[in-house]
Amino acid sequence: MTTAAAPPEPAVRARSARNLVDLVFRARELSLVIALAALVAITAGVNGNFLSGQGIEDILLNTAILALLAVGQSLVVITRNLDLSVGSVVGLVAFVTGDMLASGWGMVPGIVLGVAIGAVCGLLNGLLVSFCRVPALVVTLGTLYVIQGVGHFIAHGRQINAVDLPPGLLSLGNGSVLGIPYLPLITLVVMLAIGYYLRSYPSGREFYAIGSSPEAAGLAGVPVRRRILVAYLVSGCLAGLAGVLWLARFGTVIADSANGWELLVISAVVVGGVAITGGVGSVYGAALGALLLTTIGSALVVLRVNPFWQQAITGALLLLAISVDRVLALRVARLLRRRSRHG
Amino acid sequence: MSGPPTLALANVSKSFGAVRALRDVSLELFPGEAHALAGENGAGKSTLVKTLAGVHRPDSGQVLLGGEPVTFAGPADAQQAGVAVIYQEPTLFPDLSVAENIFMGRQPRTSLGRIDRKAMHAQARRLFERLGVTLDPEQPARGLSIADQQLVEIAKAISRDARVLVMDEPTAALSGNEVARLFSVVEALREQGCAILFISHRLDEIFSLCQRVTTLRDGAWIASEPVEGLTHDDLIRRMVGRDLDALYPKQDTTAGEVALQVERLTREGYFTDVSFQVRRGEIVALAGLVGAGRSEVARAVFGIDRWDAGSVTVAGRPLPAGSPTAAMGAGLALVPEDRRQQGLVMELSIERNIGLTGLRSLRRGVTISRAAERDRARDWALRLQLKFGRLSDGVGVLSGGNQQKVVLAKWLATEPSVLIVDEPTRGIDVGTKAEVHRLLSELAGQGIAVLMISSDLPEVLGMADRVLVMHEGRLTAEISRAEATEESVMSAATGRAA
Repeated sequence: MTTAAAPPEPAVRARSARNLVDLVFRARELSLVIALAALVAITAGVNGNFLSGQGIEDILLNTAILALLAVGQSLVVITRNLDLSVGSVVGLVAFVTGDMLASGWGMVPGIVLGVAIGAVCGLLNGLLVSFCRVPALVVTLGTLYVIQGVGHFIAHGRQINAVDLPPGLLSLGNGSVLGIPYLPLITLVVMLAIGYYLRSYPSGREFYAIGSSPEAAGLAGVPVRRRILVAYLVSGCLAGLAGVLWLARFGTVIADSANGWELLVISAVVVGGVAITGGVGSVYGAALGALLLTTIGSALVVLRVNPFWQQAITGALLLLAISVDRVLALRVARLLRRRSRHG
Repeated sequence: MSGPPTLALANVSKSFGAVRALRDVSLELFPGEAHALAGENGAGKSTLVKTLAGVHRPDSGQVLLGGEPVTFAGPADAQQAGVAVIYQEPTLFPDLSVAENIFMGRQPRTSLGRIDRKAMHAQARRLFERLGVTLDPEQPARGLSIADQQLVEIAKAISRDARVLVMDEPTAALSGNEVARLFSVVEALREQGCAILFISHRLDEIFSLCQRVTTLRDGAWIASEPVEGLTHDDLIRRMVGRDLDALYPKQDTTAGEVALQVERLTREGYFTDVSFQVRRGEIVALAGLVGAGRSEVARAVFGIDRWDAGSVTVAGRPLPAGSPTAAMGAGLALVPEDRRQQGLVMELSIERNIGLTGLRSLRRGVTISRAAERDRARDWALRLQLKFGRLSDGVGVLSGGNQQKVVLAKWLATEPSVLIVDEPTRGIDVGTKAEVHRLLSELAGQGIAVLMISSDLPEVLGMADRVLVMHEGRLTAEISRAEATEESVMSAATGRAA
């Protein structure tokens, strides 16, 4: 319709439409950075210690684990699914790995065990969602409780103490190289690797294709089930890794240390611009979302705001992010339509 | 036609439970031919397409590729073998770029296995040049018109070197010049040796595009023959198994008082300054190209969307903007274009769907009376000659034509004084189409004012007392029944009229 009637310079029009869409998506990550900068500036203005070396290091350490989980979660969300079980996996892995390390296991077997437990949980989620076609919300809500139950059964009320853990592990959690703590470095490497894979490799793009239109993906010959399985597997593995890092950072853990984190992770992902309906977003955005949420938490402490407000603010931010997305999407749709009509 | 057919079905049967969708069907597609597949809804066309596409596997019989039997394990297998299917609703990834849509799974790669985006965009651009269309490969697929989306699908098929192109009702949502552009692309592919299987309910298209036609009826093969020498009536007789009465039986009625008056209605970005009236007993058609703003006017009149300026008056009383409840209360009913998405709740039963619009009137005390709901559904099912198993069956199992009747029943049950129908016979077989036409005509005879949006020109010309034509959001012509011809309507629809 638009092209057959030989409108004036259709290529130029199409290009400007594309730039518009590009701009909106870039605007998303840009607005996160601006919000972050404003938050840091205001907080630092009130209390100079906020920007001290220690303050920044604390924020980076606190962000690392959340961002790692957000990266795994965004892979799942991009395929139009959800993984609610990550918080339980972190708790289970942190406890079991701690138990083993305390009983004399080496560092490397301990880390491998942690990631392997995460992988098994992810595989279970993935199989149920992709092959048994049970809705992701139900499956992962179920595994959330099952994994939590297993954790409690194993722990039996016990607690892992930092003194029982090998010092190598604790230095992984709190040490640094060239002034940069290990934890955020690990997250950064994982994020860059997954981000690069998703953007640059054909199989990476298939995750977006599935989330954008599952039916079309099936018809295009995309191995939909296998990709969804992989997404859950990766999310599980990263949750396992996050469990090990949790243990390394805090040292003292109980069975359900990360209770409730699944919702924090999903908030970070959504605030970071990954559409909950799939197909849109990046792991970088998700990690930025995690950084923003963590920084807000720290800023509130520095600003002496009652910590109970933190949850309300996280929630408000979530609603804001979703509303802004929705409004922008409608605007863009409308502009595109107008261009195609009057162009 | 020498050599073996590019793709063939030999004595294929396929059942779903007790329903025998295909019975001993054979079909041969030769290189360089456009082959039409004709049949009423429920005749097995879709099942046949899905068998070719590798979605279904035949219970018995064979799929032959270049004369050799093959088994497609899935859609990917069929694509690998050079079979491309373009479904009625294009299946694109809205969030991904046009180029990514074309090359999903087969992106050009660098030596390291990464996607070579430059090469991908260049290849897409070359494909569009070959098709003679201007689309930007880097644009997201979201926001493309259905016609442009189909071109992306065709580009996808060509990039796979498809030897067989199956098109399932590709023209259902297209306007005149979009169809012409599609046909020229298809014609070019055919000349390059591609075999085309073309499905359409518009018989004119079959006659103008195809060389041969295969007809199915109730899942069984009826005939495969050259199009040349056949008449419309021949083809309809093969599809229906009997002769049809005149397709467009609008009775002459005397128009009563004005039932619906629309004055200078404007919704920014969609339509501007639209004024018209519909009298009781009249059928007024709203014609125009897809995207001209016709459905948007209907939605605004019914209150689904707000309008920015103007007024709507029903039987002398003004309607508030943006309130479907008020519109229904005033006696308006809207049968939407997309019955699957907007007209029906697919999971609910026939009776529940028919009852939805009148839940208040079905109330006994505070609860809904199931008996009243059932009575009402039975009554309407009989009046519309609905073909169904039980009223408690889900509407999803009905054929397209019968689903449309359920939507009609649902709205007629509100006893409207003004009925707006948006593409009432789109994707409906000839037999049911005639029934819908007769029904609309009867309703007008009973004094209901009918506003019919339609892209089907013969339907517009045959049914309407007056034809309103929209072009790019404006009303460009009002043509009386006597003066309405294909030429006068099309020239107004394309903006060429004075």
